[in-house]
Amino acid sequence: MNAAVAEITEKEEQAITETRMVTGAQGLLLALLEEGVDTIFGYPGGAIMPIYDALYDFKDQLNHYLVRHEQGGAHAAQGYARITGKPGVCFATSGPGATNLITGIADAQIDSTPLVCITGQVFSHLLGTDAFQETDVLGVTMPVTKWNIQVTRAEDIPDAVAKAFYIATSGRPGPVLVDITKDAQNATFEYSYKKCKRISSYYPVPKLNEKAIAEAAELINNAQKPYVLWGQGVILSHAQEDLKAFIEKAGIPAAWTIMGLAGLPTDHPLNVGMLGMHGNYGPNLLTNECDVMIAIGMRFDDRVTGDLKRYARQAKIIHIEIDPAEINKNVRVDVAVNADAKAALQALLPLINENKHEAWLQKFNECAQIEYTKVMAPEIAPTTGKVKMAEVIHQVSELSEGKAVIVTDVGQHQMTAMRYYRFKDMRRSNITSGGLGTMGFCLPAAMGAKVGAPDRQVIAVIGDGGFQMTLQELGCIFQYQIGVKVLILNNNFLGMVRQWQQLFHQKRYSFTEMVNPDFVGIAKAYGISGNKVTERDNLQEAIQTMLDHQGPYVLEVVVEKEDNVFPMVPAGDSVANIRLS
Amino acid sequence: MAIDDYQIDSGEEKTYTIFAFTENKVGLLNRITIVFTRRHINIESITVSESEVQNVYRYTIIVKTTYAQVEKLVKQIAKQVDVLRASFYPEEETIFQEIAMYKIPMSSMINGSQVEQIVRDSYARILTVDPQYIIIEKTGHIEETRELFEKLSPFGILQFVRSGRVAITKHMKDLSTYLREQEEAYL
Ligand SMILES: Cc1ncc(C[n+]2csc(CCOP(=O)(O)OP(=O)(O)O)c2C)c(N)n1
Repeated sequence: MNAAVAEITEKEEQAITETRMVTGAQGLLLALLEEGVDTIFGYPGGAIMPIYDALYDFKDQLNHYLVRHEQGGAHAAQGYARITGKPGVCFATSGPGATNLITGIADAQIDSTPLVCITGQVFSHLLGTDAFQETDVLGVTMPVTKWNIQVTRAEDIPDAVAKAFYIATSGRPGPVLVDITKDAQNATFEYSYKKCKRISSYYPVPKLNEKAIAEAAELINNAQKPYVLWGQGVILSHAQEDLKAFIEKAGIPAAWTIMGLAGLPTDHPLNVGMLGMHGNYGPNLLTNECDVMIAIGMRFDDRVTGDLKRYARQAKIIHIEIDPAEINKNVRVDVAVNADAKAALQALLPLINENKHEAWLQKFNECAQIEYTKVMAPEIAPTTGKVKMAEVIHQVSELSEGKAVIVTDVGQHQMTAMRYYRFKDMRRSNITSGGLGTMGFCLPAAMGAKVGAPDRQVIAVIGDGGFQMTLQELGCIFQYQIGVKVLILNNNFLGMVRQWQQLFHQKRYSFTEMVNPDFVGIAKAYGISGNKVTERDNLQEAIQTMLDHQGPYVLEVVVEKEDNVFPMVPAGDSVANIRLS
Repeated sequence: MAIDDYQIDSGEEKTYTIFAFTENKVGLLNRITIVFTRRHINIESITVSESEVQNVYRYTIIVKTTYAQVEKLVKQIAKQVDVLRASFYPEEETIFQEIAMYKIPMSSMINGSQVEQIVRDSYARILTVDPQYIIIEKTGHIEETRELFEKLSPFGILQFVRSGRVAITKHMKDLSTYLREQEEAYL
């Protein structure tokens, strides 16, 4: 062993905290503190009572938010994680408490969000007996967690927590779950804590492959029509500035997936827009024209690619991706760069030539012009008819100067928000449920985001349908006065499904029309101020009032009932067949 | 990963042997089988045992599928936290065996030595002799154990069982070399 290694080992040894006798429940909370946790979203119950009892003594150090449903807890933890970059932590009891977390866990898994979920479990001698509130939480969460563990002995809690945090946050992040039996919470043991820095069977960050980088650089340098697609990997690896430097040096037009949105300011001249089903015209159309495609921290989701058999067949593809299982999963690549996005971009930068691809970029600009005239202009500045979603978002974008954190639910309003909000702030600013497409995500996620970034303007953009899936979290927002701004775009329809029914099911509007309650009245009942707007003339002032309001606020805007989001690539069609109307 | 060693084939289905070397963790078998069930792929056989390295377990999984699919399956298995290494090989790159046991009534032995002759000719062996039955054991490829089954059938087979495949690769690299190489590829 050389001297340097010996020194580190010695330091690590010292890092083990003083030992002392505690209960498993206390040990858990000490371990969370050790990992830098200060915020927990949770809901108590019988099987997690010892932990809640211990929490009573930690109130000064651990802010616990009592959500109104465990699903809200998981989504709030996601929102918190997405805005802060730190893992979100949530607590739930056994059985129904734990199963209520599943949607949030599955959502976090597919969107690579670090979560540490702690669930209480029945006494270990009751495991497998169908005891009261017993569920096989390990089995149920296995397909949707990056890792999970059941702990039945108090002395195993610190190590389980240490591993959980390490796995949740390293490499491609994801949700983990630690299920702790009640006897393990109650038992006393000699506590000590050691952070996990390595697991022998787990390799989170690949070393940079110089050969692959050189091959990628060569392809890029020889390209006539290079094209960058970036996803959330850029944000997760804090590579926003590196992406910018890279595309600026090589003069490459770049388009984003909805998870990558706000990785580059919307008005950057090389930011050509959004990919996928409701993405922009040029980015989809020209996918089938580029000669070298550089995909960075994105996974070629089917909502991005459409029909794979007709996707970018002409292009040489470079895929920069931290998770080796994503490489060649959907699209066969020519150069695989299995690496962290930041490391790869930094290695590429000195190897690529300065370049400008003006004629190629011009093609994107021409498409943008066509799309603007045919689709966007009438959407953002209509003069007659009912209010349109796009003009609401456009106004919000202007009045908040593109600096807000935009949290969206799922549906037409989501696509509209992504298409029309012009992000200027390159800090984490966009939070949505991309992979799972979870309605009900937005309100609790926005709540978690505001808790994580109290000084930023956090705006939840929600449809009338999705709002009603988790609106009980208004209770949590009210109790802790979490200053989120809730913007309900009410079309009295499950709009996105209605759009499909209109376009692909002969307008057979099967169970998508909604008779809604008085949303502002509901907010009022929760002690939250609000306003409802139906007329265009009142819109701007109402939005300004919402933005200026101290504390939480609900603004309902009644919008056009049968509005559609265009452009659109019909599901399973080629991206080149993008429809403008 | 072994996938670099082979030519990508045309999408035809073949028998592949997947090996996974893992820690001994509760629930890991479940996590590994989920990789198959999610993709609606049937496992032909699965065997888990100790490996040559202490505390390391070896999964031998047989699937019939395409190269592209098995490549993805292996990456998903390798991705599980407690999996040390996963790889896959076409049939011709492995040496493999299965074990079969046959229980036949003692009465079939009484009229002459025909069964004994079959056992000898098939390179099988008699494991147990009881006043009521005898148990025969044979190791070999599936065709061989099936053939013996057919030969013994006329005497009445009371019970028959065949194990999953166990397999060993032909190449010479050992696990610790692989693990070292793998570790070197990461920070
Ligand atoms: C939990 C859940 N259930 C169902 C769906 C299917 N779905 C996708 S969009 C949508 C309609 C959303 O309607 P609304 O919330 O009113 O938003 P809008 O599309 O009108 O903006 C539905 C039902 C879903 N994504 N999530």
